[in-house]
Amino acid sequence: MAKVFIYPATSLILSDLVSRHGHTPLSSAVAIRERVQTAGLESPPLQITPEEPKKGLKWAAVEVPSGVRGRMALYGPMLEECEAAIIINDADFAFGCMGCARTNELIKFLLRQKDVPKLDLNYPRNEEEGVQFVAAIKRFLAGLGSEK
Amino acid sequence: MTTYTPTHVGTVTKYVVVESFDVTPADLAIRGYEISNGAMIKDTCFGLVVTGKPEEVERIVTGLRTMDPDHIFVKDRGFPPGDPRRCRANLGGARPGYHGMEFEMTVIPYITHGLEELKKRDATAVPAPKDPLDTSVLDVAILKKLIDAQES
Repeated sequence: MAKVFIYPATSLILSDLVSRHGHTPLSSAVAIRERVQTAGLESPPLQITPEEPKKGLKWAAVEVPSGVRGRMALYGPMLEECEAAIIINDADFAFGCMGCARTNELIKFLLRQKDVPKLDLNYPRNEEEGVQFVAAIKRFLAGLGSEK
Repeated sequence: MTTYTPTHVGTVTKYVVVESFDVTPADLAIRGYEISNGAMIKDTCFGLVVTGKPEEVERIVTGLRTMDPDHIFVKDRGFPPGDPRRCRANLGGARPGYHGMEFEMTVIPYITHGLEELKKRDATAVPAPKDPLDTSVLDVAILKKLIDAQES
């Protein structure tokens, strides 16, 4: 069972397809859950405390806005932990604010730097592309081994 | 700053999203209540939110999937259901994160078709999708054709 980073990290489709084939999707929900379930100081809504931008310094320089560094505190450990990655390149809804947009760029950059199997896709726009999309993910995940 | 005491520690929350002509979220909820053993299940317009111990949630999700495997999709959620920081009842408007799910719901019929089709077809025989990183430049011949079409 491989740990597969999914981009967009909130993707329902990728999360489902990865777990359907017996692997573990690394999504933002897992990182958020960890913070939401940890006692500390109240910092709604996501329990991102002033400590997170400090942790984010591992992946982004000090002059990078704290919004990016704070987000990297969530995604950085998952990027290091991942053994494979599936990236959807035309996920426009992941744009969000500039913090999200720049973090997305940094996530993609770090994934491209990392020496792990990667699958680049676009969202399907018709039924045949849907078959190709699912088949590509199935082949990719089967190549990672230990399928259910 | 006030002290934060978390609730539902040690639990996992999962969305069970249904996009089916045969199974409704209400059907899923009834089945979920039937097979659950202490998990919290919330019925929503798109499916269910299931919260409980990891192994219990996994068992419920596996049980629910069997109702319509190609039309039921599951993903993790960070917050427990009804959390005031995320629930739209407290915030107004759609829950943050719903827009992404709403967008993907427009794509899910193609994924469903793919899952159904791959039961009949061999996945290795299906051609690979177009590589999104392979951005080709405009071919000179096509450009000339466009210019000619414009001039005539």
